[in-house]
Amino acid sequence: MKRTRTPLSQVKGLGSAKEGTGHFWVQRLTALALVPLVIWLCFAIAALPGMDYVSVREWLSQPTTAILMILLISVGFFHARLGLQEVAIDYISDHAVRTITFIAITFGAAILAVTGIFSVLRIALAG
Amino acid sequence: MAEFTLPANSIVKTNGQVFTAPEGATNVRTFKIYRYDPDSGENPRVDSYDIDLDDCGPMVLDAMLKIKNEIDSTLAFRRSCREGICGSCAMNIDGGNGLACTTSIADIEGDVVIYPLPHQPIIKDLVSDLTNFYAQYASIEPWLKSDTPAPPDRERLQSPEDREKLDGAYECIMCACCSTSCPSYWWNPERYLGPAALLASYRWLVDSRDDATGERLDELEDPYKLYRCHTIMNCAQVCPKGLNPAKAIAETKRMMVQRRL
Repeated sequence: MKRTRTPLSQVKGLGSAKEGTGHFWVQRLTALALVPLVIWLCFAIAALPGMDYVSVREWLSQPTTAILMILLISVGFFHARLGLQEVAIDYISDHAVRTITFIAITFGAAILAVTGIFSVLRIALAG
Repeated sequence: MAEFTLPANSIVKTNGQVFTAPEGATNVRTFKIYRYDPDSGENPRVDSYDIDLDDCGPMVLDAMLKIKNEIDSTLAFRRSCREGICGSCAMNIDGGNGLACTTSIADIEGDVVIYPLPHQPIIKDLVSDLTNFYAQYASIEPWLKSDTPAPPDRERLQSPEDREKLDGAYECIMCACCSTSCPSYWWNPERYLGPAALLASYRWLVDSRDDATGERLDELEDPYKLYRCHTIMNCAQVCPKGLNPAKAIAETKRMMVQRRL
């Protein structure tokens, strides 16, 4: 079928989504937050007396550790969701496949983040 | 998915025609040029032309004109000004986009391999269909928009400082070297405006005489139109005019953030 839309009409398409800067800004904001959080995690793990179950559990049950871990998990998975969405927009041209991928990325990130936060809380609050 | 492989009818066959240099030529260079005629039903091929550089001008375009005039008149390519201002002879030379008229043969090592601008539909040989590219330029409305009436007796004034902001943005010749070198443009050519159109848009965003800056930013506020730029920088690398579209795009993003913080 010959396309009869003008080239300008095709380029204008459905118009501007009036969105994009929010995504761009929050992706950079979460990246900024992850810098100190990841550095903290590396140093904290290196400073552990041992990597056995008891010492890791003891470390994770401290309030500061638990708070920072929950921050790391929530910010990390939010950042991952934003980043993966960018990859999907870049490389998946089929609209239906792309939409399903967006849903999978969002649900996956939410499930993993909640699972992580719940695990930290369970250790921290179990005493 | 994005197209990472060529469709079956676009795969290049290397066994093209070979045109050898005239006898007695001592300073010979081989030009390997992409040939494609959609009407023939055949796949693209690469033809090989041996050129005597002692009997040819210094630029790639000189050699191509020599081929067209003296060796093989069926070769199709665009050219006009032969001095880097019209942008017609943009093509992929030695693996990078550039203008044939301002690319010196001496700067290329070994065979000179010439392909059309990447990832565009081909009309014939090196002539690509830039309809979408030009429509994208039109879509950013590249003209002065002002609700302020011009003074009746003189032009709209602009200070030297404000005029300076247009430097690096107004010199674009729309040759399409930048946009067609951009991987983000390859994957989303219909929705991402590409570096050329975004540089042109920036030229009007920073023009002190234009008072449609907000409306222009509104139109660009889109995950595809603007935010496909991932600062890959191929645009700045290949621009034959030495411009930096990536910087203009970054400045546009900065304006977007600035107006909401």
